[in-house]
Amino acid sequence: MSATQDSVYVTDALIAEDIDAYLLKHQHKTMLRFITCGSVDDGKSTLIGRLLYDTKMIFEDQLASLEKDSKSVGTQGGDIDFALLVDGLAAEREQGITIDVAYRFFATDKRKFIVADTPGHEQYTRNMVTGASTADLAVILIDARQGVLTQTRRHSYLVQLLGIRNVVLAINKMDLVGYSQERFYEIVKDYSHFAQQIGMESFLPIPISGLKGENIAMKSAAMPWYQGPTLLQHLEEAPVNDTRMQDYAFRMAVQWVNRPNLDFRGFAGQIGAGVVRPGDAIRVLPSGKTTTVKSIVSYDGDLDQAIAGQSVTLTFADEIDCSRGDVIVQADEPCEVADQFEATLVWMDEAAMLPGRPYLLKIGTQTVTATVTEPKYEVNVNTLEHLASKTLGLNAIGVVNISVDRAIPFESYAVNPDLGGFILIDRMTNATVAAGMIHFALRRSQNIHWQAVDVNRDAHASLKNQKAAVVWFTGLSGSGKSTIANLVEKKLHALGKHTFLLDGDNVRHGLNRDLGFTDADRVENIRRVGEVARLMTDAGLIVLTAFISPFRSERRMVRELMAEGEFLEVFVNTPLEVAESRDVKGLYKKARSGQLKNFTGIDSPYEAPEAAEITVNTVDLTAEEAAEQIVQAILAR
Amino acid sequence: MTTSTSAAAGISQSTLTHLQRLEAEAIHIMREVVANAENPVMLYSVGKDSACMLHLAKKAFYPAPPPFPLLHVDTTWKFRAMYDLRDKAARDAGMELLVYQNPEAKEKGINPFDHGSLHTDMWKTEGLKQALTKYNFDVAFGGARRDEEKSRAKERVFSFRSANHRWDPKNQRPELWKLYNTRKAKGESIRVFPLSNWTELDIWQYIHLEGIEIVPLYFSEPRPTVERNGLLLMVDDERFPLAPGETPVMRSIRFRTLGCYPLTGAVESEAKTLPEVIQEMLLTTTSERQGRAIDHDQSASMEKKKQEGYF
Repeated sequence: MSATQDSVYVTDALIAEDIDAYLLKHQHKTMLRFITCGSVDDGKSTLIGRLLYDTKMIFEDQLASLEKDSKSVGTQGGDIDFALLVDGLAAEREQGITIDVAYRFFATDKRKFIVADTPGHEQYTRNMVTGASTADLAVILIDARQGVLTQTRRHSYLVQLLGIRNVVLAINKMDLVGYSQERFYEIVKDYSHFAQQIGMESFLPIPISGLKGENIAMKSAAMPWYQGPTLLQHLEEAPVNDTRMQDYAFRMAVQWVNRPNLDFRGFAGQIGAGVVRPGDAIRVLPSGKTTTVKSIVSYDGDLDQAIAGQSVTLTFADEIDCSRGDVIVQADEPCEVADQFEATLVWMDEAAMLPGRPYLLKIGTQTVTATVTEPKYEVNVNTLEHLASKTLGLNAIGVVNISVDRAIPFESYAVNPDLGGFILIDRMTNATVAAGMIHFALRRSQNIHWQAVDVNRDAHASLKNQKAAVVWFTGLSGSGKSTIANLVEKKLHALGKHTFLLDGDNVRHGLNRDLGFTDADRVENIRRVGEVARLMTDAGLIVLTAFISPFRSERRMVRELMAEGEFLEVFVNTPLEVAESRDVKGLYKKARSGQLKNFTGIDSPYEAPEAAEITVNTVDLTAEEAAEQIVQAILAR
Repeated sequence: MTTSTSAAAGISQSTLTHLQRLEAEAIHIMREVVANAENPVMLYSVGKDSACMLHLAKKAFYPAPPPFPLLHVDTTWKFRAMYDLRDKAARDAGMELLVYQNPEAKEKGINPFDHGSLHTDMWKTEGLKQALTKYNFDVAFGGARRDEEKSRAKERVFSFRSANHRWDPKNQRPELWKLYNTRKAKGESIRVFPLSNWTELDIWQYIHLEGIEIVPLYFSEPRPTVERNGLLLMVDDERFPLAPGETPVMRSIRFRTLGCYPLTGAVESEAKTLPEVIQEMLLTTTSERQGRAIDHDQSASMEKKKQEGYF
C-alpha cells in the first residue's frame, strides 16, 4: 500500500491499557449522518466497504467470508471486493445493484457515523431522497475517468433540494487516471460551474481511490499534490445539523400529552430548533395562547435547559389548551400559521399525483387533509429545465400549490426542515406517495376569510320545510343513473320538495367544459360538482347528482364536504354486461373499438361503493320501482 | 454531560453526543407509536438490547409508566437467570408482563436438542405470530439493530407486516426525516425498531452510563459447560442431554448474546465488570452473532426468516 503508515487507524491502545479512560473519552463522541451518492459504477459500495475496513469495523469472520465471496462472485478478479460488504438483500447481490437505502455504521475516536447508502439509478430517486432527508453531509462520487455525468447533476440537485449544506465531491478511481492532478482540477472546474447553477454555496473536492484506500483514512503518497484533508478527517470535523438549529428561536411540535394523574400535565416532543429553559415565555400555535415554561421534566430530574435535537417533556405555568399537532414556540418569535402553501414535491408512488384528490399530509406531529393543484412546473432533474405538466409520476419533482383543511403552524423548509418538510399519504392504500418541502405560504390564504351570513343554511331549509341533502348517484355509464335521478326529482317535486338535478353530461357542457376524461380531470370534475352541490345544500335544496364518479376517494371527498347525514350515496348497481348491452349512447361500442379512450369499465376502473346508503339493482327492478325506493329513503331521514 | 452520569441530563456543551442523539431519536419513535397505535406492546426478550429499550421507554413516558405491556415470547428453554430478571424488570417498571408459549410446541415437546431449526420456527416465529394475533396488538416494539445483519440494514424503523405477519422487503414505505407514516389497513401490523441506529458498542456504553441492570450471564463466572459442534454450551438445567460418561466442565465463561441456552455459545472470558466486557468486545475479532447457531443455517438466512415473520 502506498499510503504513509503513521496515520493508519488502529485499535486504540487505551482500550487495553485503561478501559475506563477510553469509555470516558468515547462518551463525548458526536454523531454525523451522511449520504453517499453517485452513478451506478462510481464505486459507492466499494467506498463504504473501504471506510468500514479502514476503521476496523470488519471482524475476522466477516473478512473470511468476504474473501470467500470475493473469489466466487466478486468483480475484482479474486482481490477483496469491498462492495460485497454492503450489498445486502439477496436480490441485490444477484443483480449486482443497490435497490434500497441501506444504513451502515462505523466510528472513529471522535465520531460515530451513520451512512445512508443509496442507489444510483434514476428509478430510485425516491430512495435517494429518503436517505438524504436525515443526512448532515453528502458525499457525491465521481468516476475520474467519466467526469461529471447526468447522474452526478441529478444527485447534486437532490442534495441541494433537501438542504444538505455540507457537500464532499469525492473524485474516485484516481488510480485509473494515473493520479493525475490535471484531471482532478478539470473535473473540479466542470463541477464548480454546475454547482453555481443550482445555488450550491460550497463543496470540498477530494481525490480518492476507494479500491486502493487513497485519501480515505490515510493521506495518499501517490497524490502529494493534494494538500487537503482525507475523507475521514473531513467527516470527523464537519458540523452537525442539530448544532446549527440551536441558533434559531425555540420550536417544538407536541407529540403526546402526558397525563398520568390529575396533578400532572406534560407536553412531550423533540425540540426542532432553539433552546428552552424554565421561565421562558412560550406560545402555543395555532391557537396563539401564551404562558411560561414551568419545568423540563426528565427521568433523571428536572433540567436547567434543553437544546435542539433533545426529546423532552415540558410543563406550563398556566393551564392552556395544547395537544398533539400543536407547536410550542418562543412567545415573541412565533412561526407562521397558514392553510395554503407553495411547495416542491418529490413523487414517490407508482400511481401518479391527482390534482384535486384529497391526500393526508403529515407535517411535524400533525396530520391534515390536503389537496394539490396541477404542477406550476415539473423539473427535469437532469437538465434543470422547467417543464409544463398536468401531474407528477413516480420520481418526478415539481412545484405545486397545496391547500390543507385547517391552518397549521409551519416554517419554510430552508429555515427549519422540522416544520417545513412533509409527506403525503394516500387515504386508500396508506402508502407514502410524496415528500414535500414548503417554500412559503400563499398570501391569499391569509386574506380570504369566511363571510358570516345572517340567513344561514338552516334558515333556508326550514323555510322550504325540508332537510337539505345531496343524493349522489354513482354507477357505470348506461347503468340508469340519469333516468332514475330524473324520476326521483319528479316524485319529490310532486311532493312539494325543492330540488335540483346536476347531471354529468349537462355540467360538462358548461361549468366543466375545460375538463377531459383523464384520471386527473375526472377528479377535478367531481371536486367542482361537489362544491356546487354544497352551495346548493346551503340554500336548503335537495340536490340530486348523476355522475359516473368512478373513484371512492372523490366520493368520499364530497361526503366530507357535507354535514353529517346530508350525503346519501346511491349505488346504481348494473353489471357491466347489462350496461354494455343497453349502450344507450353507443359509447361502449366506440370504447371497445378503441375510438374512445379512458372509458369507465373498459380501460378506466370503476370502484364500487363499499357502504352506500342506498343500493338499487336495475336488473330486477324497473326504473320506476328503483326511484320509489330512493324517494322513501330520502323522506325517511 | 461532564457533570452528570446520565446521557440526557445536564447538557453543558452545544453539540449532543452520539448517545444523546440516539436516545432522543428512540424516545421520539416510542412516543409516535403511543400517539398513533391502538394497542401497542413491547417485545421483551430479556437480553441487553431489550434492557436498553425498556429503559428508554421509562424515560420517554416519565413520570407515567410506559403505557403498554411487555410481551415475552417464551420457548421454555431460556437461561434460568433470564426468567429471574424478566419478572423483576417488569415489576420495577410498573408494567404488565405477558408471557406467551406456543401451546402446540409445548404439547409436541419441541426442543432444541431433537428438533433443530423447527425449535426456533415453532416457539419463536410461530409463537410470536400467535401472541400478536391473540392479543390483537397492532404495533410491536422490537430491539433489533441495523448493524446486526445485512438484511436488517435495509429495514425501516416502522416495518409493516401483512395480515399474516410477512415482511416484504421490496415494498417498504419511504421513511423521510422523522415523519413516520403509521397508517395501516385492518389486520396489518407494524414492527417498530427504536434501536435501529444503535450499534453493539452504543448499547453497551449506554448500559454502562445509565447503570441499567442486565442478566448476570453477560459477566464472567465459572459455569458448567460442554462442547457441541464447536460451540461452548452451558448446562443450565437437568434437561441438557449428556453423552454417556460425559460430565460438564467448569469454565470461566460469559455470553455476548442471550437466547435459548442450548443454542447459545459462550466465550471463555475473565470479564467481570461492564468496562471489562466492553474492553473484551472492542478487542475481539469476531462478529457478535457468531455465537448464535441460527444465522449459519444458510446464506441470507436471516432475510428469509424475517419474511416468514421472525422478528
